[in-house]
Order: sequence, then C-alpha cells, then structure tokens
Amino acid sequence: MNQLTGRIHSLESFGTVDGPGIRYVIFMQGCSLKCKYCHNRDTWNLHSGTEITVNELVEKIEKYKPYILPNGGVTVTGGEPLLQAPFLIRLFKKLKEKNIPTAIDTSGMFDITNDIKELLSYTDLVLLDIKHIDDEKCKKLVGFSNKKELNFARYLSDNNIPVWIRQVIVPGITDDNEDLLKLKKFIESLKNVKKIELMPYHQLGKYKWEKLDLKYELEDVKTATSDDIKRVKKILEIK
Amino acid sequence: MNFKEWENFKKGKWMSKIDVRDFIQNNYAPYDGDDSFLAGATDKTKKLWDDVLNLYEEERKNGGVLDADVKTPSAINAYEAGYIDKNLEEIVGLQTDAPLKRAIMPAGGIRIVEKSAESYGLKVDPQTDYIYRNLRKTHNDGVFSVYTPDIRAARSSHLITGLPDGYGRGRIIGDYRRVALYGIDALIEEKKAELDVINVDEFTEEIIREREEIADQIKALTDLKLMAEKYGLDISVPAKNAKEAVQWLYFGYLGAIKDQNGAAMSIGRNSTFLDIYFERDLKLGILNEEEAQEIIDHFIMKLRMVRFLRAPEYNALFSGDPVWVTESIGGMGIDGRTLVTKTSFRILHTLNTLGPAPEPNLTVLWSTHLPEGFKKFTTKLSIQTSSIQYENDDLMRETLGDDYAIACCVSAMRVGKQMQFFGARANLAKTLLYAINGGRDEISGKQITPKFEAITSEYLDYNEVMEKFDNMMEYVAKIYIKALNAIHYMHDKYSYEALEMALHDRNEDILRTMACGIAGLSVVADSLSAIKYAKVKTIRNEDGLVASYSVEGDFPKYGNDDDRVDSLAVNLVKTFLNKLQKHYTYRNSKHTLSVLTITSNVVYGKNTGSTPDGRKAGEPFGPGANPLHGRDKNGALAVLNTVAKLPYEYAEDGISYTFAITPATLGKTEDERVANLSNMLDGYFKKTGHHINVNVFDRSLLEDAMEHPEKYPQLTIRVSGYAVNFVKLTREQQLDVINRTIQERF
Repeated sequence: MNQLTGRIHSLESFGTVDGPGIRYVIFMQGCSLKCKYCHNRDTWNLHSGTEITVNELVEKIEKYKPYILPNGGVTVTGGEPLLQAPFLIRLFKKLKEKNIPTAIDTSGMFDITNDIKELLSYTDLVLLDIKHIDDEKCKKLVGFSNKKELNFARYLSDNNIPVWIRQVIVPGITDDNEDLLKLKKFIESLKNVKKIELMPYHQLGKYKWEKLDLKYELEDVKTATSDDIKRVKKILEIK
Repeated sequence: MNFKEWENFKKGKWMSKIDVRDFIQNNYAPYDGDDSFLAGATDKTKKLWDDVLNLYEEERKNGGVLDADVKTPSAINAYEAGYIDKNLEEIVGLQTDAPLKRAIMPAGGIRIVEKSAESYGLKVDPQTDYIYRNLRKTHNDGVFSVYTPDIRAARSSHLITGLPDGYGRGRIIGDYRRVALYGIDALIEEKKAELDVINVDEFTEEIIREREEIADQIKALTDLKLMAEKYGLDISVPAKNAKEAVQWLYFGYLGAIKDQNGAAMSIGRNSTFLDIYFERDLKLGILNEEEAQEIIDHFIMKLRMVRFLRAPEYNALFSGDPVWVTESIGGMGIDGRTLVTKTSFRILHTLNTLGPAPEPNLTVLWSTHLPEGFKKFTTKLSIQTSSIQYENDDLMRETLGDDYAIACCVSAMRVGKQMQFFGARANLAKTLLYAINGGRDEISGKQITPKFEAITSEYLDYNEVMEKFDNMMEYVAKIYIKALNAIHYMHDKYSYEALEMALHDRNEDILRTMACGIAGLSVVADSLSAIKYAKVKTIRNEDGLVASYSVEGDFPKYGNDDDRVDSLAVNLVKTFLNKLQKHYTYRNSKHTLSVLTITSNVVYGKNTGSTPDGRKAGEPFGPGANPLHGRDKNGALAVLNTVAKLPYEYAEDGISYTFAITPATLGKTEDERVANLSNMLDGYFKKTGHHINVNVFDRSLLEDAMEHPEKYPQLTIRVSGYAVNFVKLTREQQLDVINRTIQERF
C-alpha cells in the first residue's frame, strides 16, 4: 500500500510535552479506541481532518529545524498515528534523510505488520501509552484488550527501540495499588524504557466532547492532584 | 595620557586617544562558567533595599509621585547632594536632593511641565513659570512656531503620533564609561582639541553650531565635576578601583538624567567594561565576591530609582512610569571571544538579590555562540522573573561591531559613536483607511490630507487599494519627515543634550539616524490579505464615508508563518522605508525604521476606526510586530517565524516582538523549560529574528494581580520593548496584556 496523503487533525510548532526538546507535533486524524478520558475527542473520526502530502509536511517541518535541533524533533500523535503507518513510513524516511529525530505517540494496540516494522525502523522514540495493565479494566476504559499493546511493548524491547512509557493517572481507574505494582513489574521486564511519564488526568478536554454533543462519562471522576501523582510515583519507584 | 589609576591594565591605543572598546578588548576576561560563584545580598544591601521599598510604597500611596521640586529647573549641578541613607550607600547620587523627588525640565516645554505637576496636585513656582513662558523659549515653543497646517492636521488626527515635540526625545546614550576610564579633565582636553580643529576660516552656520555645541559640552563636563564634588568625590581623574569605576560611571549617567527628561534614558553596555575593574580588585585581594555584588546591587538600586515628572497623556502612551534605563549585556566579540564576564552575571543576579523589577531594562544580546552557562542562567531568570528582553547579537554585530548598545527598547547604536533622532511612529493602519476614504478621517470625517480620490466601489479591489495606499504612504512619509526635521532642529537648539554628546566622539565621526517608526503593521497586513484573499465589503455612513467593513470568507493571517500574508508585511516595511528615504533629513541623518509601539498600541487602536481585516473601531493594534490578538493559531514558533521574516536591514531601528507563555507550555520541569527556551531563542535568532520579550506566567496570576495589586508590588512583565510593574499599568492596558495571546496548550 502506498498512501500518498495523510489525514491530519492539526499541527503544533512548539510542542514541549511530547518527547525530548522542542517538538514539531503532528496530530493525526482518526482513532479507533474509545478512551473515556480522551482529551482530543475531535481526533477520533477517521474521515474528517485535512489531507496533506509528505512533501507539504516536510516543507513545513523544515522551517522549524533551527528550533528543534539539536535536542528536539518531530512527534506524531493524534488520534492514533499507526492507523496511517504507510504514510508515516514515507514521512519518517524523509525526516531521517534530513537528520530530524522522529517519535511516535501511540497506544501500540496493533499487530506487528511489515508496515509497522518498517516504520519503527525509522523511529527514534516511541511514546507508548499503556492504557491499562489489567486486561478487563482496559476493555472497560478504552474498549479494547491490552494484549496487543503489551505485545507491541515486547517487540520494541526485543528490537531495542527506545521507549517512554506513558500512563494516564485517572483517580479510581488507573491508580489501583495492585495494578500499579503489576505495571511496574511489566515495565521492569522491558529493557528499552528510557523514561516513565505520568500524565495526571484533567478535564480540560471535556469541552471537545460537549462541542460534539457527546456525553462525557468521566464527569464525576476527580482530576489527579499532585498528591495522587506523588503516591503513584512512590509505588512505581520513579523520581 | 598616563594615570596612576591605570596600573596593572594592559597597554593599548586606548591610552593615547579615547577608545573604550580598545581598553575592553585589551583587558577583559571572558567568562564561560556558570552562576555558582555568585554571592547573595549583604545585610547592608537588604537594609538599604528595604528603605527603597518603603519609599516605593509611599510613592504609590501618594498617587504615583512622592514629591517634586517645582521651582528649580533641573540641571546637572542644580541640587545639593541627596541620599537614601548615607551610611549604607556604597554608590551615591540622586536626581534631586531627596530620593524619588522628581525634578522639572522646562526647556523641553513649560506647558507639559505645568500639566504634569497639576496632575499630581502640584503647581509650578510662579517665577519659574514666568521665565519659561515669557523669557526663555522652549523646544516645544520652537517646534510649534514652525509646524505647518498639514503637520498639525496629521498630528491631531493621530496619523502621526507620539512625536517628541512636547517632551524630551531621549534615546541618546552617552558613553558613561569614559568618565570612569579617563576622568573629566582628560575628556575636556579632548573637546578643547576638537574646538581647535574646527577653528576654520569659513564660519558657516554648521561650524558655528558645532562650536557652540562643543562649548556647551565642555560646560556640561565641568558641571558634572562640580556635581560630584558635592558628594565629596573628585572625578577629574580616572577611577582607581571597582567601586569608583561604578560610581564615576553612574555620576556620568546621573548628570544626563538631571539634564534631560528623555523618553528613554538608556545607560549603554557597561558590564564587561566594569568587570575589568572588579577583576583587578579581586586579583589584588582588595575586594571579595560579596563586596563586588554589593557594589553592583547598590548601583542597580539607583537605576531603579530614576524618576521623571510626566503628564497623564504620556503615561497613557508609555504606561508604568518607564525610563528605559536599558543596560545591554553579553554578546560576542568580533574576534570570537564572548563578551560575557562575571559582572554580566552580577548585574542579572540583581533580579535575585533585589527581586524582579522593570528597571534597569535588562537586555541580553543573544548569540547562538554564547557560553552555555550564561544561556542557562539568563533563561532561568527569564522564566522566574519575566524581566529580560533578548536581541540578536549575531545580526547586529554584522553592521554595528561589538561595542554597540540598545537605546530604549530595540534601537541599537555604537556607544559614543552614534546617536539617533527619535521619531516615534506613523500609524499605517490609519494611512490605509485614509487611502480608502480619500484622506478624510474615518472617525471625525475631516479632510486631513489634500483630497485624494476615494474608493467608491462596494467591494474593495486589491489593486485599486494598493495603488491608493501607495500614494497615501508617499504623502504620510513626506509630512512625517517634515515634522521630524522641525522637531530635531528645535531640540538641538533649545534642549541640546550637552552632557550625553560630550561623551561621544568628535562630531564629524558621529553617525546620526532619523529613527522613524510604524504602528499597526499586523493590522495592515491582515487587511490587505483580507482584501486579496477574501471579499471585503465597505459599509458607509450617511456621509458616504467608509466607517466599517464586513469580511466574507477566510484569509491568511499574519503570525502563522504563511508567506501569502507575511510577504505583504515584509513589503510594507520595505516600501515605507523607501518612501522616507526620498526626503531630506535634518543633519543628513540616516533614515531608519522601527516596528515598535511600546504600549501605545492601545492608544493607536483607540484612535483608529474599523479596518478591513475585521478589527473593530477602537480595538488595540498588536504591539510592535506582534500579530493581532488571537490571530496566531499555529503555535509559538509559527509566530516567531513570521516575525523573523521582517527584514532587519530595512528596519534597523528594531523589530519588537512580545511573547508570553505559560510555564506548563514551555516544558514539564524547570530544566526542560530552561533548555527549551534557550533552544527557542537560538532558533528564532538563527532565523534572523531581531528582538523578543519573554514572559512566562499563568493568566490566572495576572488576573489575581489585577484584583489584588497590593500582593504583587514587584510583579514585572515585559511589554513591547520594556518591562513594567504590572500593577502600575492602567486597567485598560492590564486587560490588553491578559487578552494578548498567551501561548498555552494542554
């Protein structure tokens, strides 16, 4: 498959939270997960967004090279970028030619296809958002089993592709003691984890659901406080 | 020349002629380490600073002005010595005989002095008033006696605004370092030698003026010596140690601010120079780091206390009582060595020892080659205090060498070798509206320019508008330069900056610039873009005048790194400078241009009708080269790329951009924020951006400060080209700052 254009939701020239340094962030359009806490609900639809070619995108990115080098790079997020792997292969290939570091922010809920293998070979960093370490709870929270993403994590480890593990801390949903210990054990079994990032749950994306006339199910869940984060950090033994 | 005070300095040509740069290059020690050597505030400093803070509080309670001498016109040696607490002060000298007591400077204009005094419940002494109303003509009188009706009309309709015809022009930097390095007597000798050189047979007007100016300069230097004597110090000879070097230099500056109430009274580029004295004393073991910091702290305290008596109208334009004591720090030498020294750190460190403050206007000359330790230190301070502005040293060094400094906000000039005729700015947005309405004012309906053919169609046609706009710019450029020529002729005649010019090279070696400016750049660029890429319908009032516009469809907007509209802005800058260049300038000064509004973008907007981009009548412009509020949608770097496209070689008087970002958007941890800001500055300046104000704060903090000003006496923010105490801004301006795009993402 040779995907000529990609479908993007939006672009951000000054990303500082999705990978190291200053990132040019591409929000891809489309996601098949149904994460209840999603703060980019408007990126789910597979058919909306804007079409863009690799060349157009590379041209835009190059304008920011003086800012993103040497510490930063390009991060594709979404939405779920891996839904458009063929497009990203072509994009990342180009970026590597220009010595621009690449990162993918993904749930990893995919089979390891040849496309994905090829894409990962051009990827400097994967921001892997483990949705939930407990399979049942995972299904409830995002609508899918976590089997594929744990496999995905294993593949990254086996192939020595650097990973930042991300975990959204939703009080009462993802911060159960036992689950966290399980998560810790899993992470310890991987040999490529450079960083663990905790993302405190917030409701700042709620308005996007409301704009689309959708019910926001986590209405009554409180946002994660710094104390919540401290507790989780202690359990995971991270700084 | 040879002085015993020069012992241990490396010899050079600076000893045979006045050449501060040569002294620096031969003697300074670049520093590429970090901030770990710095010392904190001494008890003496803390005590003295407390006294100053108490005075600030009294000043605030008293409605903004603590006291003023309304009888004695200010002059270099007009007052007795004044102190905060004589026993505590390492560095002495006040503008009048008491701290924060303001002086009057009626040579600029008596009416403005009367108004300023009245607005604070004071009255100018009748005898002084009589003298300046009847016997001694002022700069203001001079200008208005020659202004033509067309200039007056352009001025009162706000087509050309902020002209220094009723206040001091400022923006001249004396090379105050010369006082410390050479002492006054040597400087007087040099001026006498210059008088000999122009003892010529043909006594032209030019020669006569020059001789008179030099005579005034010699008198000013003599007065400065007498002023210092009142403090028990003899500055006829060079400074012999670091403390004296700072003191001598400060006396030079103090004399200037007693002599002139200039719009911006900048102090130059002093840290590397002073560092040579500090290093010498440290090496000799007669000074330690605490004492070094103490001297700097006391010096900076004095600079934080500079006050002028100004009218409410002035405050509306340049809010927050700014004086632009701009000190330029850092940069690289043309030989590749950094000009950062330990004293560069010490001066910035006052933001820690004394806390954040708007003055002095700390300006870091940024180069991608600056030592990492210094980059880290400044960006960290920026994030903590929002008190620093950055200007592109790699860009300016190309044309200005490595001994230039910033006057006011963004105006670079070689210290002691260059001065400018400050020209405020022309309102380009109004110019566009006049083009559409044939020279009638869109608010008053009055015919301001000669009658041009107005546009009569319902929808605006891009080519037709551009043709008319081009003609109107031609007209505005002509009137504008006429006004400036009159102003600067009269300023030289009635309010000559004798001391500041005494601290310059010989007249024939001085480069003078006619520093024009434009306001409303982003409004005009967006308007033209709307006309070109969308459909703009004119809406006329009963008088047939186009009073507002409706835009149908979308159009590219300035600030999003979109060449379609950014190129329009670039062309505007080039075109307007070219039009200015067609006209003769006073003293054959070089035409330059700035894209800088300071806080006056609010006032300009207030006085400008609706524009074709959809901006409503009265709404503020974007400050300086900023996009209009909320129009930048592609993130912080896209705006930087847009601004960096504006051609510095066509706007050598500076291109100002004010940036605000929330801490969370800058990065997750402090280390990340510091690294990201540093990379961002590197990138922006590599892209040839000229200037950036960096503010890092949360919107909620400012909102709280609006409601509870007493909680935030030192909250400092950067506006266009200077910093202010947020709580000193008018409510209107506070709202403008809050509404201005603060970059935030989640």
